[in-house]
Amino acid sequence: MNREQLVEDLKQQIIEQLNLQVKPEEIVAGDPLFNEGLGLDSIDALELIVLMQQKYRIKLANAEEGPKVFQSIDTMADYIIAHQPAANK
Amino acid sequence: MSHTQQLYINAACRIGNNQAWKDGQLFFEQAGVPGDEFMVGLYRKLNLQYPKWYKMDRLSKLGVLAAEIVLGMGVNLNCQPGEKAIVLANSHSSLDTDARFVSQMEEIPSPAVFVYTLPNIVSGEISIRHCFKGEQAFFVSSRPDMEFLYSYVRAIFADGRTRVCLMGWADILGEQFNATLYRVSADSDDSVHSMEFNTQNLYQYFYHEQGAVS
Repeated sequence: MNREQLVEDLKQQIIEQLNLQVKPEEIVAGDPLFNEGLGLDSIDALELIVLMQQKYRIKLANAEEGPKVFQSIDTMADYIIAHQPAANK
Repeated sequence: MSHTQQLYINAACRIGNNQAWKDGQLFFEQAGVPGDEFMVGLYRKLNLQYPKWYKMDRLSKLGVLAAEIVLGMGVNLNCQPGEKAIVLANSHSSLDTDARFVSQMEEIPSPAVFVYTLPNIVSGEISIRHCFKGEQAFFVSSRPDMEFLYSYVRAIFADGRTRVCLMGWADILGEQFNATLYRVSADSDDSVHSMEFNTQNLYQYFYHEQGAVS
């Protein structure tokens, strides 16, 4: 899966996991996920951590990285690419 | 307010059997579809525009829909948030969501499901939506005990801090769901649907379809 595909996959996964009423094409990959962007909340943040672990087999090494990693779809994609298991690269 | 002061049921709704009733009128019906689909249909009929609704568990979805019928749709309660109370009850507690959460335990259970594994979360969701900050109570009993709910609501009005109370039954387990909510106040509001707040009227509205109370 290349980066572009990963971004599209993340949009779809987030919509499904968080029961969002938006279409993938309405999400801008660089927009903030929280507050003014998609308006996600703290429970959604936990869901994103679960999503990363279940779907992409990536565990956040440090909880303090959360705000940076989950800033946008783009930052999530970058983190996944940088940390995905070698077999999936 | 004294225990003997007159209270009124200003509005009522009943959701069940894939029908939604507002006071005595059939408001929405969608026969032959699963409960979840019916609730989405009712959400659209109410034109709720409340995306958070989609994230709720099924009990909260049901309660918010029922509350919208008796509290939304242009109703002005004309009182402070702290004067608005909620007293609800059901028989299955949050079992519908508990079972869903347990089914996820083999992998990583969803935090968004976990936060709904208490029955009174529905009261919180209604409170957020309609700005209720007064008395709150949620009871679990094997059957609708309107005598008890009547007494409890009477007591909180007698305390003097409550001017409006949303009360009733909100229960769901699988495809069985029933929400029967009443808006109670000391104001008769001159509505044709306004009726005296007493156990007979509570039961009569609750069991209307079954004809159990004449």
